[in-house]
Amino acid sequence: MSASVSREQSLDSSAVGVGLVLLAVLILAVNGAAHAVDWAFRAHAWMFVIAAFAGIAGLWLWHEDSWGRPRFDATEYEDGIIKAGIAATMFWGIAGFTVGLLIALQLTWPNLFYFPDLGWTNFGRLRPLHTSAVIFAFGGNALIATSFYVVQRTCRTRLAGGIWPWFVFWGYQLFIVIAGTGYLMGVTQSKEYAEPEWYADIWLTIVWVAYLAVFMATILRRKEPHIYVANWFYLAFIVTIALLHVVNNISLPASLAGAKSYAASSGVQSALIQWWYGHNAVGFFLTAGFLAMVYYFIPKRVERPVWSYRLSIVHFWSLIFIYIWAGPHHLHYTALPQWAQTLGMTFSIMLWMPSWGGMINGLMTLSGAWDKLRTDPVVRMLVVSVAFYGMATFEGPAMSIREVNALSHYTDWGIGHVHSGALGWVGFVTFGAMYCLTQWLWKREKLYSNAMVEWHFWIATIGIVLYITSMWVSGIMEGLMWRAYNEFGFLEYSFVETVSAKHISYIIRALGGGLYLSGALIMIYNLVRTARGDVPADERKRIPAAPVLQPAE
Amino acid sequence: MTYEDWSHFAQNWGTVYFVAIFATALGYALWPRNGAAFRRAARLPISEKEGSDDRPLA
Repeated sequence: MSASVSREQSLDSSAVGVGLVLLAVLILAVNGAAHAVDWAFRAHAWMFVIAAFAGIAGLWLWHEDSWGRPRFDATEYEDGIIKAGIAATMFWGIAGFTVGLLIALQLTWPNLFYFPDLGWTNFGRLRPLHTSAVIFAFGGNALIATSFYVVQRTCRTRLAGGIWPWFVFWGYQLFIVIAGTGYLMGVTQSKEYAEPEWYADIWLTIVWVAYLAVFMATILRRKEPHIYVANWFYLAFIVTIALLHVVNNISLPASLAGAKSYAASSGVQSALIQWWYGHNAVGFFLTAGFLAMVYYFIPKRVERPVWSYRLSIVHFWSLIFIYIWAGPHHLHYTALPQWAQTLGMTFSIMLWMPSWGGMINGLMTLSGAWDKLRTDPVVRMLVVSVAFYGMATFEGPAMSIREVNALSHYTDWGIGHVHSGALGWVGFVTFGAMYCLTQWLWKREKLYSNAMVEWHFWIATIGIVLYITSMWVSGIMEGLMWRAYNEFGFLEYSFVETVSAKHISYIIRALGGGLYLSGALIMIYNLVRTARGDVPADERKRIPAAPVLQPAE
Repeated sequence: MTYEDWSHFAQNWGTVYFVAIFATALGYALWPRNGAAFRRAARLPISEKEGSDDRPLA
């Protein structure tokens, strides 16, 4: 081997960068563990110590093992990280759905599923565990994995940044573990979808900046002159989440060696920032990034071009510029000035147009390939996902109208609404993308079993329908019960009466959640068999080993 | 500046800002000369160019 080649390959600069970051984390975490003022912070400091140590060791072993070999071959795509992302998506999906089912059962049969001796299984601890697991762990891993796949294919270049993408992947898993274990230990900022405390927030900021840098650097070295619309959506998601996360988490720790912090803003300002964050977590995390999946996986799977690329551009710019103003609709009838509430409501109603424009664009991309709805259950999953997107983005603006909100807010209608978006839209487009990616990355002719995808599709669809219809019934019912007066001007119902009236709906909701979880388990079995390259037994029989001779007639 | 001034400024100039942004995006999307590039871009995920799914372009 020539000297120049070996010098080129001796020390990898990205590995040095990641190693230095991990070393800094290790030193800070050891100090944190030594001086911790509360046990939860000590436990988290130890987790950081273990993770940083494991990271440095893994980096070292990989670096030594790859010595003298080209580490990042520009003639190959980086696909290993996407395979890891599929596994992480499905793992956290099952975890998040299971916790969701458990808290649904706690609400339905509190006598059976409330465990007084295990304080950490209280509903208040498990509920953020469920929301974070499904949004940030399941959804976030799906976004990172698909964005890395799509940006490489549509820019026709290998992922940039050397080993940094793997730092993003493992750093993100560490954030999830720190956040989730924190909830169980009672560590929380009490801000919805922004519960992790200050040190977890700083860690996520570092990981997210690395994610943005990897994504941007890949786009900058693209071999394709045009930046495909899916990449615009991914980029908007990454940039906006960085901004939202930093602004909403500005806080002062009570101690640099303790978990507790105090938010920089207070009162209505804090509430406005929180819901500016909270609604854009829906708009950019749960919408923009998943629309990127729609704009790549639907055309790819049905082998048809995007119905209207012009519409996709109008869709993109109007969606991102309108969404960012919709947050105040979470604060109707509060101390927020009336005009700001009205502004949030107006922008929410305006969102109908880009949302439905995008839905129409996604559905019409099937033009000339509608038969695939019947023959390919993965296409059906993607298309039903877009239909749920249309439904949830119709329902949302309606609920943001002040008078409708007076009935719907704080009721189960809100829970039903987010689940038609989360299970129907985000869940189904993710399932569709994961089926596609597993088949394509492991280079299989087809999935192990299309029949299992059919089962998954129907079980999950029935589960969603049970979930959202039961929540409509219980939500509107309790909203009406809360505002009912008797002839003397007193409230007609006590609060506990509204709770017991919802029992039947809660049973149906838990059943729906159980079906959705069952469908995902079928999917995992199917994906594992597909990745292994297995062929179902009945198909093996259909391929005769040798031609069978027939007697002449 | 009082709170009233701020909210007045935000409400009026915000409208102008949004109309301008929307007009720009619409102009870009509908500009006739961009048509060919957009028609090509619409096929980007499915184009068969040099094994784009298996290997990056050299």
